[in-house]
Amino acid sequence: MNITINGQKKPASAPDIQGVLDAEGYKGKIVAVARNGEFVPRGEYANTNLQDGDELEIVAPMQGG
Amino acid sequence: MSKALLIDNVILKSRLFLGTAQYASPDILRQCIEAAQPGLITVSLRRESAAGKGQQFWDILKSFKIPVLPNTAGCFGVREAVTTAAMAREIFETNWIKLEVIADDYTLAPEPKGLLEAAEKLIAKGFKVFPYMTDDATLAQKLAGVGCDILMPWGAPIGTGRGLSNPDALKTLRKKFPDKLLFVDAGIGAPSHAAAAMELGYDAVLLNTAIAKAVDPVAMARAFTKSIEAGREAYLSGIIAPQETATASTPMIDRPFWHQK
Repeated sequence: MNITINGQKKPASAPDIQGVLDAEGYKGKIVAVARNGEFVPRGEYANTNLQDGDELEIVAPMQGG
Repeated sequence: MSKALLIDNVILKSRLFLGTAQYASPDILRQCIEAAQPGLITVSLRRESAAGKGQQFWDILKSFKIPVLPNTAGCFGVREAVTTAAMAREIFETNWIKLEVIADDYTLAPEPKGLLEAAEKLIAKGFKVFPYMTDDATLAQKLAGVGCDILMPWGAPIGTGRGLSNPDALKTLRKKFPDKLLFVDAGIGAPSHAAAAMELGYDAVLLNTAIAKAVDPVAMARAFTKSIEAGREAYLSGIIAPQETATASTPMIDRPFWHQK
């Protein structure tokens, strides 16, 4: 199963969002996630199963005007 | 002197709102926040790498205990903006959102139709929307109609530093919406521009580039703080109306060398 994380296509490292975040090095970091353009609340990471072709946006606080 | 600025029962300690982008270093940003003592600081969200570059930035901001206003900068459509706002609400733990729906990346002008639609959706989801908008009174009316208590017209396009391009339109908004909170957002270059906005009765000014890109950003932060306080105090003090002709300020009576003709 391939997914796209922040614009980069790669094989999914886990079947759900929580697993992907942990495997990709986001453990313990303050991030928010959107899947296919829709916001996924933190509490739903573990039970949001990914599908082939899913696009994840993983964002964090950044400077802004 | 002036009544405190309140949003959702949160007292904002200054009418200067400061953006956090474009500073030469995190340390300069920290010094500018210390010098400006802004009432609100704006932040954004960007793609995070596993290296976690956003985490340190957030630690710096949190240490100030100043309310944060996340933005949806760079969003070109309603769906993107609404999703970004939801992500911002979770990360920054605030319902406040500076809503930017941008028409194109050349003008960075607000896109009125998308802005209105996104504002309505976000208000329905419980957000306090700070809409970055043009100075058009009809758009303002429509935003007020969908429940915006705050209106944020631009002074000039983002990052231009040109000041208030259309003071008449800004005056109209102030007259038409006496009970709304009005903030000038974008286009400010010099402290005099910020003072001018405050003299028109605006409730606050949001700026970023004018401080971040100044030769001495920390001193410029102090200059803006003073100008915004001065402009506010001037507005509350009642600025005299301009006159067509000269009027002597020194009394003419009993002046020396006067001869009755």
